[in-house]
Amino acid sequence: MRFGVVVFPGSNCDHDAWYAITRNLGQQAEMIWHDSPTLGDADAVILPGGFSYGDYLRCGAIAKFSPVMTAVRRFAEQGGLVLGICNGFQILVESGLLPGALLRNRDLKFVCREVTVRVETANTPFTLAAAPGQTLRLPVAHGEGCYFADERTLDRLEREDCVVLRYLDNPNGSLRDIAGICNERRNVMGLMPHPERAADELMGSTDGRVILESMVHSLVAP
Amino acid sequence: MSALTPFELDKVRSILKREPTETELGIFTVMWSEHCSYKSSRLHLKKLPTRGPRVLVGPGENAGIIDIGDGYAIAFKIESHNHPSFIEPFQGAATGVGGILRDIFTMGARPIAVMDALRFGPLEVPRNQRILEGVVSGIAHYGNCFGVPTVGGECVFENCYNGNPLVNVFALGVFKHDEIFYGRAAGVGNPVIYVGAKTGRDGIHGASMASAVFTAESKQKRPNVQVGDPFLEKLLLEACLEAMKTGAIVGIQDMGAAGLTCSTCEMGSRAGTGVEIDLALVPQREAGMTPYEIMLSESQERMLIVAEKGREEEVFRVFHKWGLDAVTIGRVTGDGMLRVKNHGVVAAEIPNRELADEAPVYDRPHNVPPYRPAGMDAPRFSSRDLTADLLKLLASGDLCSKQWIWRQYDYMVRTNTIAGPGADAAIVRIKETGSSVAMSLDGNARYCALSPREGTKLIVAECCRNLSTAGAMPVAATNNLNFGNPERPEIMAQLVESIEGLAEACKFFETPITGGNVSLYNETLGESIWPTPVVGIVGLLKTAPPVTIPFKREGRTVMLLGGLGSCDETRFGGTQYAKVVLENLWGLPPALDMDYEKRVQAAIREIVNAGLAESAHDVSDGGLAVALAECSMRGIGATVELAGDLRPEFLLFHEGPSRVILSTAVPAEVERIARAHGVEALRAGVTMKEILRIGNDSLTLIDCAVQQLREVWENALENQLAVRVES
Repeated sequence: MRFGVVVFPGSNCDHDAWYAITRNLGQQAEMIWHDSPTLGDADAVILPGGFSYGDYLRCGAIAKFSPVMTAVRRFAEQGGLVLGICNGFQILVESGLLPGALLRNRDLKFVCREVTVRVETANTPFTLAAAPGQTLRLPVAHGEGCYFADERTLDRLEREDCVVLRYLDNPNGSLRDIAGICNERRNVMGLMPHPERAADELMGSTDGRVILESMVHSLVAP
Repeated sequence: MSALTPFELDKVRSILKREPTETELGIFTVMWSEHCSYKSSRLHLKKLPTRGPRVLVGPGENAGIIDIGDGYAIAFKIESHNHPSFIEPFQGAATGVGGILRDIFTMGARPIAVMDALRFGPLEVPRNQRILEGVVSGIAHYGNCFGVPTVGGECVFENCYNGNPLVNVFALGVFKHDEIFYGRAAGVGNPVIYVGAKTGRDGIHGASMASAVFTAESKQKRPNVQVGDPFLEKLLLEACLEAMKTGAIVGIQDMGAAGLTCSTCEMGSRAGTGVEIDLALVPQREAGMTPYEIMLSESQERMLIVAEKGREEEVFRVFHKWGLDAVTIGRVTGDGMLRVKNHGVVAAEIPNRELADEAPVYDRPHNVPPYRPAGMDAPRFSSRDLTADLLKLLASGDLCSKQWIWRQYDYMVRTNTIAGPGADAAIVRIKETGSSVAMSLDGNARYCALSPREGTKLIVAECCRNLSTAGAMPVAATNNLNFGNPERPEIMAQLVESIEGLAEACKFFETPITGGNVSLYNETLGESIWPTPVVGIVGLLKTAPPVTIPFKREGRTVMLLGGLGSCDETRFGGTQYAKVVLENLWGLPPALDMDYEKRVQAAIREIVNAGLAESAHDVSDGGLAVALAECSMRGIGATVELAGDLRPEFLLFHEGPSRVILSTAVPAEVERIARAHGVEALRAGVTMKEILRIGNDSLTLIDCAVQQLREVWENALENQLAVRVES
């Protein structure tokens, strides 16, 4: 299958995502420039990590106005799989494709480390290859990863089984330890940890592969 | 501000054969500043070895380049941003990262790793806490956003850095042999193109500031510090690398210290050409800037490109795609002159070569012994509790875990970091080749204060040992010489001895120097810092899972490769034990036998690469006991029995070089390799759960739960920063 990796000015995990998909998973991937009005023939789209547009104003706040985001929104509305990693997650919440907001980490410092997350649901195209309750060791690297939403939204996320990943060692103060969520339709997911950084034996963990592989499975054998 | 001396002014007049204009005077002042011209050190830097079979580009370009095989090469260099980081820690450190990154990608290489060597005054002083926090967040801000991993470094605290912190940043990039670009303005008639950020009034005279001592007024120099924009630099990187692929670029150089001045005259000088520009064409951030200000501005994230005539549009197209300014501001000429016009009126006209390469060279007096801040005699001491001493050492600023710092750095971006912060050497894989690059930064000012020559040799030895412990073959080096005021003979003597020590060791370990930086006048209110050469060495190895520091399994043999080493009272005075426990400094640095050191390194490389070591860690600051504690931090400790008649403090804490601790399931095979290299390999003990116990002749010297060692070590820095003393 074919992944499209969106490249915003300031994206810096775009190549990492491309490498994980092509070299570690053996799938196809192509870069999509931010001013592209279409997504080409991508079967799934990744919004990678980085500092899109310098993250000026607010993380992801400028990226949501990118021409490519119109195409991403349309793609999502048609049921296409969209995965936002780190800055990509921030862009998805800024764009309204996912609820809530990502605030500065509780201790006000950038944090780069490995964390443990628990897969809360396997009922998404991003986790169908995982077992519910399975724990994953994944790296995080962000300054604004504290997930925030009002109580009603949080309750709704839980009720609708949209909390996909939860930290066991919350590194940023996220409410209810939320590390990743999906939308109601379950085809758009955002997460702060970096699965693409945990796809290669040499990087110390391959736990991230299950997320990328789930996407492949869900598209190859729907 | 350090102006030209009367002698230098005469030289200017004789070059120009007339009185200089104001703009010309400004241009000469920055180009002939210590920072840009190396006028005090140049004579001695010639002593350094700069050639080797892998060296493709040595000193003189923006960065050194070495061959790593398979058609690939790496560019690397270290630079200081000491003065700006004291005046404005966050921006000073951030632009330090930005500057060295541009040095790497201006040569065509994509930066893949950054490391930093930091020096601060003690954290008991609140101002030093703020400087540390500012510097660390500045490095994090720039590197993280740019998307280059900060993979390692070191951080040391001494009183001598109280008013003069050091921020040295090392960067390394990778490219193919046929992708190398030079800062040369070749081809008469070719356009000179300005790309990147607009020019403002920031950073004017930064290079001169970096060449002056600090006085009580220095804080007023904040406007001299530049402001960095890592997002813009990221765009500049991508645009430059993409533009280079068009084939339309002839030469390229970043605008760093001395900005437009330095880039124009150096590019012309290297190519033996002239450069003519009109400042009215330079993109400007503010109105009413004078030629003097435009030429001397150190605004960040700018580059100068010489393109092939007629192919400008190809270059413009790429930069415009990335939303960046790119305009032709002049052309290459055949007369060898730097001609600066402003709206067509000549503001400066100086021969490039004389300006760039004919700066005065000084043989500063140094016929006195180097200044030593300590005596030779050892105090009397006797430890009452060696375990308490060990805990005190592990909690000290120099030896404690620096996790608080490096967790703020993205050390994984680009998914190449095989060994990151906290390892003996950082390892970054080269995805394209199947080989990896290891790198280590080291500097020990205590040793160098006692003997600049011996201390510097020890630094080179340790860097090479760090690399070898990771299984890498050391191949080339860069250096950052941080010293005080060279106009004082006893300080100049430190510099000369250190350079000579560096030359001797780099020759011996076959790690030629491919570039570097000299930072002088690190002096505040009449007090110089201790001599602080920082050495960065890179090594090569096959890409493979790393052999890391922690013991992995119980019941393995703990071996001390290289033996117990030797020490006496004089040689103990530069140790961390002397510093932390005895609060003293005396005598000489540890004795180094370079020949033995080299054999130990060859042995550990062979052991690691044969897969015989489950863990490996070099013995350095804090000595054997601290190294064993560091090996125990993941929960598996050891019972170690040391023979020999060294007194316990020496046995545990002396810092004699040429030693590596490893754990193995096959001690006999390790011994066989050690024997073949003529190196001692002691079976010192056995790994065990949860406890570190060190004995000597049935006497227990150290007995401590690993959990306690770890808590003390891991939280010390954060705890120190949590104590806010009001200033």
